[in-house]
Amino acid sequence: MLAETLTGPEIPWLDLGWALTLLAGTSLLLIVGAIVPRWRHGLYATFTALTTVVSFVFLVVLWGRVTDDGMASAVADSIAFDHFAVLSLVAVLVSVFLTALVTDGFLRREEYDGPEMYALYLTAALGASVMIVANDLIVLFLGLETLSLSLYLLAASHRRKTESQEAGLKYFVLGGFASAFFLYGIALVYGASGATKLPAINDALRGSIDINTNDALLLVGIGLLIVGFAFKVSAVPFQVWTPDVYQGAPSPVTGFMASAGKVAAFAALVRVLLVALPSRIDDWQPVIWALAVLTLVGGSVMAVVQTNVKRMLAFSSISHAGFILVGVEASAHANRTDAVSSVVVYLFLYSVLVIGSFAVVTAVSGRGDGATSLDDLRGLARRRPVLALALTVFLIAQAGVPATSGFIAKFGVITASVDAESYALAIIAMLAAVIAAYLYLRIMVSAWLAESSDESAVEIPRGLGIAVSLCLVFTIAVGVYPGWLLTLADKATTFLGA
Amino acid sequence: MIAASGAVVSFPALSLLIILPVIGSVLVALLSEKRAEYVKLAALLTSVATGAISLWVLGAYDAHEGGFQFVSRHPWIEPWGISWHLGIDGISLFLVVLTGVLFPLVIAGVDPHHDEKRYLAWLLLLEAGVMGSFLSLDLVLFFLFFEIVLVPMYFLIGGWGYDNRIYAATKFFLYTMFGSAFMLVGIVATALLARQDLGYVTFDLVTLAEKSSFATDTARWLFMSFAIAFAVKVPVFPLHTWLPDAHTQAPTGGSVILAGVLLKMGTYGFLRFGLYLFPEAAVWARPLFLTLATIGIIYGAIAATMQTDLKRLVAYSSVAHLGFIVLGTFAFTDQAITGSVMQMVNHGVSTGALFLLVGMIYERRHTRAIAELKGLQQVAPIFAAAFMVVMLSSIGVPGLNGFVGEFLVLIGSFSTARWWVVIAATGVILAALYLLWAYQRVFHGEPDEANSSFAELKPREGALLAVFIAAIVFTGLYPKPMLERIEPSVKKLIEHVEDRSDFVQPDIKRSEGEG
Repeated sequence: MLAETLTGPEIPWLDLGWALTLLAGTSLLLIVGAIVPRWRHGLYATFTALTTVVSFVFLVVLWGRVTDDGMASAVADSIAFDHFAVLSLVAVLVSVFLTALVTDGFLRREEYDGPEMYALYLTAALGASVMIVANDLIVLFLGLETLSLSLYLLAASHRRKTESQEAGLKYFVLGGFASAFFLYGIALVYGASGATKLPAINDALRGSIDINTNDALLLVGIGLLIVGFAFKVSAVPFQVWTPDVYQGAPSPVTGFMASAGKVAAFAALVRVLLVALPSRIDDWQPVIWALAVLTLVGGSVMAVVQTNVKRMLAFSSISHAGFILVGVEASAHANRTDAVSSVVVYLFLYSVLVIGSFAVVTAVSGRGDGATSLDDLRGLARRRPVLALALTVFLIAQAGVPATSGFIAKFGVITASVDAESYALAIIAMLAAVIAAYLYLRIMVSAWLAESSDESAVEIPRGLGIAVSLCLVFTIAVGVYPGWLLTLADKATTFLGA
Repeated sequence: MIAASGAVVSFPALSLLIILPVIGSVLVALLSEKRAEYVKLAALLTSVATGAISLWVLGAYDAHEGGFQFVSRHPWIEPWGISWHLGIDGISLFLVVLTGVLFPLVIAGVDPHHDEKRYLAWLLLLEAGVMGSFLSLDLVLFFLFFEIVLVPMYFLIGGWGYDNRIYAATKFFLYTMFGSAFMLVGIVATALLARQDLGYVTFDLVTLAEKSSFATDTARWLFMSFAIAFAVKVPVFPLHTWLPDAHTQAPTGGSVILAGVLLKMGTYGFLRFGLYLFPEAAVWARPLFLTLATIGIIYGAIAATMQTDLKRLVAYSSVAHLGFIVLGTFAFTDQAITGSVMQMVNHGVSTGALFLLVGMIYERRHTRAIAELKGLQQVAPIFAAAFMVVMLSSIGVPGLNGFVGEFLVLIGSFSTARWWVVIAATGVILAALYLLWAYQRVFHGEPDEANSSFAELKPREGALLAVFIAAIVFTGLYPKPMLERIEPSVKKLIEHVEDRSDFVQPDIKRSEGEG
């Protein structure tokens, strides 16, 4: 088994190939990009996309090497390989791939084409990947910071837009707070358990449940960790940064934050809760339950009164985070394996949907990336029928209408929740989806039914067109024939190495 | 008949009924907008082909067999135990035929006025969804079609409706989705709880209904989760408020489909999923639904009387008519449920035709306000005659189709739901009141200046209405072919309910003796 052969300081280079590829890609982009003044059109994006493809090949190899009976750890137990991790990693790579395609046309339209944003996507992906495989709280924090710093810069990367700068700064200040909470949480959990490696924390805590012991140190630590995660996944009440940052950041970056960022944070959250803290389920499960309800209801209700599409999608992403939390909550119950796979599937499918949606927004936003109000979408169906159709499919998928991937995602989470007998949470989630549907209908009304005085053409760059088409095909294909994805995801259920 | 059932296996008729309209919809969407005649032709051909297959199914259907026929079953989402399981029985047969016939008629007979291509594409997608709902024998598959119907209907109302269309379309979408939210949780819970009996997870309706049993309280909760979705769709009072808006604002074609088949997805759902899956719980919920149905009948009739908009009046009359269907459903006797199924089809035909006629009036006068219409009988006598026949059918005059269904519902419900029937029967009188009064105001009297140029029925409109009127008269005079196909399946359903609950259908002769 991998675990037996790979202990000690020995480093399994092949199994880390995907990460090294990302690192190499970043370095090449920055170094060669600095030496060779300006690459030909689309080359930066193509290079980034190719990097993710190579990285993906390494992941396929890794998928075959990961055993079905659970987690294998490497590099002195500090990182973990399992099907859950590999699937989440694939979701991150898919996000980078699609975002790179969307960014290409965007950067040329905004006239600041260059390697920097692509390099930042790759470092962000690297940070996200480290979070996903981290088996040690310190490693997890390293990944979190790498991801966050890249995202702060990306959010602020539109140099001529003050909203973008503001978004970056806001994200940075609030994100710094969250990181501090998180780090403090690590310190307290270390203090209570004497370990930072997740399995070691579990070993230390498992034997020591004693009602006479004062658990305050540990409980505060767990609380602070959850606060840090809740900020990253923008769960209510830690969501206040989300609408402003999502609205201010360049549109392709927003899609990237909502996909790769969420995947990493949720994967890490699930791993920490289920690997390190299963003995304290009774303590953290109610917290997750409450977060899920607040996030579902808060995200949907607050979305209703918005008039800016990016802001609406920001609130919708909050509501989706609530759905994923439903899956996390279910995974805390006795039969948790299904729930974990439903979380991965949701993250994967939502990533594609949200990038597709923001790609359409990118196209519509026009030069300056500013035309993102509902009024700017008016008459899209007349100006660009196919783009309007794609947007519609992404939106009804997010609403959870059957025959789209969104239904599969929601169905999985609801099944997990019902299986765990969390009926109340399942019904609250479905009702929140109805409220959220109003938001998607409003966007669709603008695109299809409202008359428009603005007849200006919406330009669709080639990369963006490819990305939207891929998302569209994926959304419908998975909606109609989801069997293969579910079979893959079922393997992610051997998460805990039972 | 026996030979026909042999041919059935090789010819996937039911799957085609769903797939053909989808293909047609994609085809229409892909054709160039500049070739409008091809667009219409493609839509018409696929819908006619679908209608022809539905008629073939009607012909090949074995009337003496109450179970599911033409069954087609393939695994679909295997990891979750979901299958593509279709079948048809006496309860769904005529709804499928109605759907198959109504769509080509609407496509051929009602013009959308603008963006015909998109209109037709949505309409065909809608047909696939409706067909799928009536044919599915898998809970998730049913949910898929039940939900997917919302999208084309939303766009049809929102894109081609009248002034307040976006409000109405949004209300329609959200109301129905609200109901479905409970149903989805109910569906999942049903399958997962049945795992204890079955040993595996399946969403197959027949397996779940025949082989699993639920604790009494559990079954009641599950039944209610389904019932909310169906009650919104029917709609049952007090969840009906989306209906007058949606009907009034929808374009004529949309209203015809909405009244004709879409509402039946709710009443059909009660029979197929509510009673079949949770017999004991359905018996338990009887008083509630009988009461709501009766309130709906009276309330719908009174509300209709007070309307000033002709289309809204017809919409409220739907609330009343569907109340009868729900009343019959929850009476649990052979006659009442047979009458209910029959009334589902009849209401589709007569209210569909009424909406067509109201649409034609609007085309000519650009108003639906009853106060602005006057004396149309003098200027357009044939039009008035057609309206009269359809209206009488809606009232339930003997000799026309409406009478058969309503009469069966009332007489069948009398033995098990006497006092509800006593009150509901007044609804029949009220129906005569509001419809005849409307007729009197619109068609009688001397036409004023605006109404004196009201055009007579055109040949194309006449041909369209002739189909409806033929169906109305034929069913009214000779309902036997319909009844003998519906009844075996209804009998089977009631036996199923009796086997699994304390309920016993009263012997009609005995209850007469007692009474």
